Amino acid sequence: MIEFEDVTKRYPDGTVAVDKLSLRIPSNQITVFVGPSGCGKTTSLRMINRTIERTSGTISIDGDDINGRDAVTLRRGIGYVIQNAGLFPHKTVVDNVATVPKLIGWDKRKAHDTAMELLERVGLDVKLAERYPAQLSGGQQQRVGVARALAADPAIMLMDEPFSAVDPIVRHQLQEELLRLQRDIGKTIVFVTHDIDEAIKLGDNVAVLRVGGKLAQFAPPAELLANPADEFVRGFVGQDRGYRALTFVHPEELPVKPLPDELALQDGVPLGWRNGSEELLPVGAVFKRGDSLRAALDAVLTSPTGCGVCVDDDGKAVGVIDQATVAEALRS
Amino acid sequence: MTWIGDNLGLIWEQLREHLYLAIVPVILGLIISVPLGYVATRYSWLANPLIAFGGVLYSLPSIALFIVIPAVLGTKVLSTVNIIVALTIYTVSLLIRNVIDGLRSVPPDVRQSAIAVGYGALHRVVAVDLPIAVPVIFTGLRVVTVANISMVSVGAVIGIGGLGELFTLGFQKDFLTPVVVGVVLSLALALVADLILVTLQRILTPWARVATPVGEVA
Repeated sequence: MIEFEDVTKRYPDGTVAVDKLSLRIPSNQITVFVGPSGCGKTTSLRMINRTIERTSGTISIDGDDINGRDAVTLRRGIGYVIQNAGLFPHKTVVDNVATVPKLIGWDKRKAHDTAMELLERVGLDVKLAERYPAQLSGGQQQRVGVARALAADPAIMLMDEPFSAVDPIVRHQLQEELLRLQRDIGKTIVFVTHDIDEAIKLGDNVAVLRVGGKLAQFAPPAELLANPADEFVRGFVGQDRGYRALTFVHPEELPVKPLPDELALQDGVPLGWRNGSEELLPVGAVFKRGDSLRAALDAVLTSPTGCGVCVDDDGKAVGVIDQATVAEALRS
Repeated sequence: MTWIGDNLGLIWEQLREHLYLAIVPVILGLIISVPLGYVATRYSWLANPLIAFGGVLYSLPSIALFIVIPAVLGTKVLSTVNIIVALTIYTVSLLIRNVIDGLRSVPPDVRQSAIAVGYGALHRVVAVDLPIAVPVIFTGLRVVTVANISMVSVGAVIGIGGLGELFTLGFQKDFLTPVVVGVVLSLALALVADLILVTLQRILTPWARVATPVGEVA
């Protein structure tokens, strides 16, 4: 657990970046700091690895004040990922990833092997290992950044707007993969973003900060959407928070109906809806069993027939759900 | 032509001296400029005055320096030390700008992540900042090496000038061959030195030659 107690950062010119911040960041979860620019979210993050020193208050990791530790040693035990990855341009991909293991004195063989494993783990082709960062796309560089942060198996990983500079499709992939990775590794991740949707998607807990470095609300995303603490948070989470809150509603078992004849299939995978003409109408969005109510509603809304298609893990249709059923689930 | 055959020993001797007088100041100048440049990026208010001061130093006429230095250092007028000190001053005055520019060329996010992964201050300079500054520093090294090779000849006026002494010899005897030999050899020396530096730079910075991002999906 990382604990902030009355932490303030005041710059020499008098600007207060973080104002008496107190919060507890639980271990093995993703905690997101979100807020508009100037809210002190990045400053708060950087105070954890002491790349910015706080003015007053205490930050402790598992009960130990971080000021009692040598800053360089502290940093080697905390993974760090930034916006443009910040890879070392003069080192190959694999050497970038092996940086921290080498700094803490692992032998070269072990550092190299670990780095290669991590490249695979973050979904990179190992053929890229001997390339230089300038030869990679933005998304690939960001994956290398994540691998570098994880190389020495730190308990904590700090991520400062890591996915902001890549295009929306790649960002979506990277977000999904972070969640997948986190299910395996269970790190204590502190993630900074200005994007509330990203915060809600990734965070187990979200800290909303307002300009001037004050904590507005600290809560799990569902709570944030359902009960915003004040006007600022309500405005920040946005207009369609009711719809987005459905992301966190997982109905036990939505009753699906058998597949209708109108749904054209190929090896079980839905191809489209028959409507009497040659051409098939598009299937629309599909959802899986166990998906959120938002996914089911989306499937119903985008289907030309008003029937959302439910698929299994292989993408094969298992049933359909109609508007009435979703409406029923919404009411409950 | 017979003059060349008869004086191979002398020519070889002057060539070696010329190379020595030109290269030693480059090495000394580099050793001085790097820490100085690092200090100047650390305390950024120092950088511009240092670069300006370098410019002033470089504008001093070399003959004046060759004559003033023995008086200041107490060395003999005919000591090679005078030339080496003078050319080291020129080297530092030129190279300091490149070292500062080179260290400034390290992208802020790279510096930020070097600190965050746990490089200590000195280790970071050696392992991250300097390697990234190499292309810019080498640009200065090439200029200064060629400049030094040409400037050594001026030392001939005070009696130590490597190949420059072949010029004095030729002028005194009103005889062109030694002058031509001197000119051709200093030109060749400058070309070879530059070639060696370019090759060295290519070996040191394989990363600087790679193609820019390929349009692959992540």
